[in-house]
This record gives sequence, C-alpha cells and structure tokens, in this order.
Amino acid sequence: MVTIENLHKKFGKNQVLSGVDLNISEGGIFAVLGPNGSGKTTLIKSVLGMVIPDKGNITVLGENIKKNSEYRHKIDYLPQIANFPSNLRVKELIKMIKDLRKPTNEDERLIELFRLEPFLDKKLGNLSGGTKQKVNLVLTFMFDSPLIILDEPTTGLDPISLIRLKDLIKAEKAKGKTVLITSHIMSFVEEISDEIVFILEGKIYFKGTIQKLKTKTNQPDFEHAIASILTDNHA
Amino acid sequence: MLKILKYSFYDLMRSRWSYVYFAFYLLLGVVLLFLNNDLSKAVITLMNVIIVLVPLIGTIFGVMYYYNSQEFTELLLAQPIKRSSIFLGQYLGVALSLSMSLILGLGIPFVFYGLFESSAIWDFSLLLITGTFLTLIFTALAFNIALSNENKIKGFGYAILLWLFLAVIYDGLFLMTLILFEDYPLDKVSLIGTMLNPIDLSRTLILLKLDISALLGYTGAVFKQFFGTSFGLIVSFVMLTIWIVMPVLRIIFKSKKKDF
Repeated sequence: MVTIENLHKKFGKNQVLSGVDLNISEGGIFAVLGPNGSGKTTLIKSVLGMVIPDKGNITVLGENIKKNSEYRHKIDYLPQIANFPSNLRVKELIKMIKDLRKPTNEDERLIELFRLEPFLDKKLGNLSGGTKQKVNLVLTFMFDSPLIILDEPTTGLDPISLIRLKDLIKAEKAKGKTVLITSHIMSFVEEISDEIVFILEGKIYFKGTIQKLKTKTNQPDFEHAIASILTDNHA
Repeated sequence: MLKILKYSFYDLMRSRWSYVYFAFYLLLGVVLLFLNNDLSKAVITLMNVIIVLVPLIGTIFGVMYYYNSQEFTELLLAQPIKRSSIFLGQYLGVALSLSMSLILGLGIPFVFYGLFESSAIWDFSLLLITGTFLTLIFTALAFNIALSNENKIKGFGYAILLWLFLAVIYDGLFLMTLILFEDYPLDKVSLIGTMLNPIDLSRTLILLKLDISALLGYTGAVFKQFFGTSFGLIVSFVMLTIWIVMPVLRIIFKSKKKDF
C-alpha cells in the first residue's frame, strides 16, 4: 500500500527523519506513535507530498509520489489542526472540496452522523474547535478512498462523537481500507489499531502488534509499554 | 487551476478590502473629474496616483492574501491538485480582482463623463493597461516574498521595502547617477535604467503618450524618439511582460520545493 525507503528530512539544522524504512500492507489500522517532535507529522506529510523529502523514495499503491499529484485521489487526509478559511460557510466548504475532487453523496450521511445540520449555514470562523474537527472529519471521510490518513483525529471531540468516530474507522477497515492514524491518546490507539509503528529520533523503533510490543518491553499494559520505551531511551 | 482561481476570486470579491479599493478609485475618479473638468488633465493626475498606489496595493494585498490563506492552501495541498495550479490560481485570483477594482472603479466615472466621445480614450486605456500590468507584476513579486518568508512580519517588511525601493529610492539613485556622470552621454544608460524599473517604465510610457514630453527637455527628446515609436511601445510592453513572467516562474519553481 505504502512503501517508504530510506527517508531523510531536515528542517534547517534539525534532522527530523533519518532513514525511515516502512512498509504498510493493505487493509487494517496502523497507528504511528512517538514522542512530541519525533517526526510523525513530517512522515505523514511526506506521504502526502506536502513535505518534500531530502532523500528517499515513497510509493503509494505502486505509484512513485515524486512530481505526482494524481495519487492523492486515493488518499483521504485529516489534517492535525482544522483551520479553514474563516469567511466560508460549512456548506460552501463541503461543496467546494467536492467540486475540487469528485462528486459524492456520502457527506449527507456523515453530516447526520455528527449532527452538523444546525451548523451548515454558519461561517467556519465562528465554529468551536470540536465542531471544526467534525467538519474536518466529514471532509475526510466523504470520499471513498482506499487509504485514509488521520492526524490526531480525536482532538476536541466530545465522548459521543469519539464513539461515532471509532465506529466510522472500524467500518472503513471492514471495507478493506488502510487507515493510518497518529494519536497521543493511548486508550484510543489500543482499542482501534491492529499494528503500531513507533518512531523515535527520526527512525522506526518498533513495528508490530501491541501484543508484540508488550512482550518486547516486558510490560503488562500498552501505556506502560510505550512509557518504558520512552524512559529507556531518554533517561 | 481555473477552479482555484474561481474560489480565490470569489473569496476576495466578498472581502471588504476589495470594495474599499474599488470605492477609493471610484471616489478618486469622480473627484478628479469634478475638480479638473477636463479629461486629459484628469488622466495625468490619475497617472501620478496610479503609478505609486497600484504597486503599493498590489504588494500589500498579495502578501496579506498569501499569509491569510495559508490554512486553506494546506487544505488544498492534500487534494489531488498540482502545486503550481494552487499557487498560480491564487495569484491570478488576487491580481485579477485587484485589476477589476481598478478598471471598474476608474472606468465607471470616466464612462459617465463621456469618455467614449473624447480623444482621451487612448490615453485613458493606456493608463488602465499599465495599471493592470503593474498589479500583475507587484502581486507576483509579493507572492515571491511571501513564499520565501515564513515569518509574516519579515514578509511584510520586505514587501514594503521592495515597493519603497522601486517607487522612490530607485529614482533617487537613478538621478544621482545621472548627475554624477553628466559629462558622459547618458541617453542609453537612462533608457536602460528606465526599462529596468516597471514603475519608471510605466510612468515614461504614459507621459510620452500624453505628449507632454516637451517638459522633459533633452532627455525627453531622446525618450520620445524611442518610446514614442511603435518599436519603443512594443519593447516597453515586452519588458513589462518579462516583469510578470519572471516572478511567476519563480512562484512555480519555489512552490514546488517548499515544505508545508
């Protein structure tokens, strides 16, 4: 699905990614984890072509992403911070993104799911953080793409929306899609992901199931397993 | 690209600033016509205002729009759209809406005043054309500055400096060179010097077209020989076009390499 070979990226003097090799197979939910500033977002943005790597190769569904924009038809991306043009209305934004990508009717179902009807005529600048995130989710999930990338999808969501989001992600997985998630909420990751990818200091430190991680670190639960990696490497 | 252009254009069309800009030109046109009571004189006064103001507004608006729409740009970057389309679309959206404010704002009062029956129509058209050229040039320069500077304050600073340099300082330096080297033949130097600054170029172009080159003395005669001919006119417009093409190419080049 996604193959990353020897990916390097430096921002000024700050080496963020130093030789990432990663192979994400088709189908399933993969969580990309790591401490703050470990390069999770940079990795994801490289896959999306928003960050241009210094070195290395990325292929998405067999297509090399260099100097290519067509492959993004196959990716749904949820950005980390939902900042939209503030003088647009929710309805207009949805219509515009559909116009830019392709027509779909899926948005109606999602608007209903997240109870967004009362906000459709409101301007995006006047929405609360959680509501913006819901709009963000609608924009992401309304296209039926085989690869879904979610950067901190739980930010600002209330408990009931969080449950709906989990159901939504699971439903996408059932359709055989590949979902890539970054999150700092460990319980969310543990509940939803099939495999985790742990990034540390710009390299892949661990890739495998949660069970495997627990065995490797000798810890009874997931949260402590993650914490033990961090203390072992930073103490 | 056309879709991005459309959305940027709509976005600007309902922003307050486009109307302020439009209203300003409308007011300027009306006031000048009332005060001057003469189309050709109004055109000259307008030129003086346009030559300085259009580049300033183009630069500031360009930088402001780029920084303000950064989030929207990031949203677009994740969509299956080419980078060059995104940035060119936005650039043209800004430049065209500014040009439209200029053309409509000045055009409406002049048309009502009886522009079409007047002999000043060509001078007036030339004024609007150079105004549009200047908008395209300075918006492109502004996008270049904004693309190269993450820091907004720095970006604005450089934009203002650029305008100040081309609108004021360049003339001063130019004049000083002419005085320093007055013992030498300077026709060619001053011609080239004028060509290299889009603001000077536009000013000379309009002044000579307005047939007041007699005011310029000896240099005026040289200039008239050059700019007054159709060859000079073509060369000037080619120069202005180059001034658009170069920064636009850099927008494409720079945007391809930038991280978001």
